[in-house]
Amino acid sequence: MSLQFALGTRGVVVVIHLLGRIDREAGGVLDQSYTAAAASSASIIELDFGQVEYINSTGIALIVGLLAKARAKKRPLRAAGLTAHYRHIFEITRLSDFIEIVEPIEPVEDVELEQAAH
Amino acid sequence: MTDTLRAEPESPDAVVNSEPAEPPVGQRAMSRARRRADRRAAKTASKTATKGAARRAVPAADTRAAVIDVQIDPSDPLLLFLQSAPGPLEIAALPAYSPAVVRMKEQGVQMVVPFVTSGELVGLLALGPRLSERTYSRTDRGLLDSLARYAAPALRLGQLMRAQEKEARERERIEQELHVAQLIQQQFLPSELPELRGWHLAAFYRPARTVGGDFYDLIALANGEVMVVVGDVTDKGVPAALVMASTYALLRSAADLSSSPGEVLRRVNELLIPQIPMNMFVTCLVLVIDLDTGRTRFANAGHNLPYVRRDGEVLQLQARGMPLGLMPGSAYDEHETVIEPGDIVLLYSDGITEQHSAAGEMFGFGRTAELVGEATSGDDLVDRSVLALNTFSAGVEQEDDITLVTLHRGQSGGHRDTVSFTVPSEPGNERDVMDRVAAIVDGLLPKARLDALKTAVSETAMNAIEHGNRGDASLDISVTVRRTAESVTVEIGDYGRGMQRDADIPDIDLKLAGLQTSRGWGLFLVENLTDRAEELTEGDRHIVRLVMHTSDHAAAGPTPQTTSGATPLTDPTGSES
Repeated sequence: MSLQFALGTRGVVVVIHLLGRIDREAGGVLDQSYTAAAASSASIIELDFGQVEYINSTGIALIVGLLAKARAKKRPLRAAGLTAHYRHIFEITRLSDFIEIVEPIEPVEDVELEQAAH
Repeated sequence: MTDTLRAEPESPDAVVNSEPAEPPVGQRAMSRARRRADRRAAKTASKTATKGAARRAVPAADTRAAVIDVQIDPSDPLLLFLQSAPGPLEIAALPAYSPAVVRMKEQGVQMVVPFVTSGELVGLLALGPRLSERTYSRTDRGLLDSLARYAAPALRLGQLMRAQEKEARERERIEQELHVAQLIQQQFLPSELPELRGWHLAAFYRPARTVGGDFYDLIALANGEVMVVVGDVTDKGVPAALVMASTYALLRSAADLSSSPGEVLRRVNELLIPQIPMNMFVTCLVLVIDLDTGRTRFANAGHNLPYVRRDGEVLQLQARGMPLGLMPGSAYDEHETVIEPGDIVLLYSDGITEQHSAAGEMFGFGRTAELVGEATSGDDLVDRSVLALNTFSAGVEQEDDITLVTLHRGQSGGHRDTVSFTVPSEPGNERDVMDRVAAIVDGLLPKARLDALKTAVSETAMNAIEHGNRGDASLDISVTVRRTAESVTVEIGDYGRGMQRDADIPDIDLKLAGLQTSRGWGLFLVENLTDRAEELTEGDRHIVRLVMHTSDHAAAGPTPQTTSGATPLTDPTGSES
């Protein structure tokens, strides 16, 4: 598998720390991470791309799918740790119209749940 | 009522009751309207016939109409006579000198009912004797008059629709023929500009109509030099394209016999004169270049003088001569210059300099020279020129064919450097391609541009693997990377049939609304992350070419045109990435 994740919380934010590549192989892990995050009581879900080395168009499609799920549940989604390049891709695809892009995250207070290492 | 005869004038404007042809799909609505009109007319006629028949029980067999075609010559005086006729007329009241009247009398016609609408005779109804053997009564005439007044507009409508359908079919046929002509003409233009030992060529060609009279050509000469030709046939469209094809062939033939640009023009002129239509001629510029030394011999037959950008200055290569096809015995002086390393040469047709803006101003030589002065590379010059011309002439029709050819001699030691490799079509190899390309161009691109190119390469390679070669690991995808000081070009080839062009442009609003699949971003990214993305074919290979300028200022996103023979990537795709 190309992607691993870990969850953390910071106040009202549940953070999905992503590590690796978001490509065709990442769909299952990404879904799993979202399901775990959505189960928390935190109102905002934050995707931490700080350790993501590669996102391709299939990865963009997966993120769009994840965004659709979050919107259906009215859960705000935001993105942190994007490099300038992927921030640019978020802008040209207009993902940034729907996912708030925030600056690199503050330290997570409480890392919990499983590390889905694959 | 009676036996009836139907007369059909030969004039296309006065044809009666013709059967409608099967309509093209796009005209079904019109056909429905026509059928409705026809039904209304038939209903009216039926009502009239029923009333007449009701007075006497006539066996069904007796009521069948005998249709006789009476052809009426458009010059027959009967037509003019009937146009102003007050209503149904006895045959005896018609001009006896009319050949049509003579023929109608021979066939037993007793009554003629003109169908006139908007002052125009659109048909006529010819009737034989009544079955009751009585004469036509006043009531009969009144009914026939009513029939004519109702039926004439419907008949006219049907005629107009049939004429429209015929015109549409004719237009479609012409468009198809022009499309074929366009494909044939494209074969004349170099499908790809070749590698020229440290020289970079770029070209742009856009005819004002489907086909055009501009042309350019590159001919490798037996002595190792390269002949570069640009030409412009007067007029545009099909006549110009035909002369262009002839001139192209003559130039190629002459280049086989001589490497002298003046002699080539002289020969072509002599051969062209007997062939070319009156009032047409061809301007043409021929350069013969020694690629190693830059020594360039050139001769001109009335074409625009080329510009040269050298050390920030703009020069013109001076050479004059009579256009081809005008005067037998014309001689063409040969001139010589050296194109230095770093020089950029622009060859162009008057389609750019003579294009007008909406305000009526001409683009002119001044603006063209300015573009040359600002150019950083041949590609850049082509791109900027097209952009500037499009902006200048926004809202105005392109007046003439446009051709731009640039020659950029690389800086000393900066010759084009090419690296090629292949990888099997296995999932995941797109990242391998991406990493290898990144290593090859290391140090040439700023980080942001390198990241953008990497993503574009990865997406293109993934598309080639998954869709072009359908994941068949026995088929390789080919990768060629060309590096110059000005740009990086990556070509990725597969054995597919190219991009589909009817897929949706990815729209996140639609995707989130469930109206588009969440996928389909691949070629969108390619287009938006490179300075130019285009596709072309080479034999059985489909190739996507990505171009990235090495400096930010030359990169303003995708450009509107490309090397002739290559097609810009619109949004595609069969790529489901």
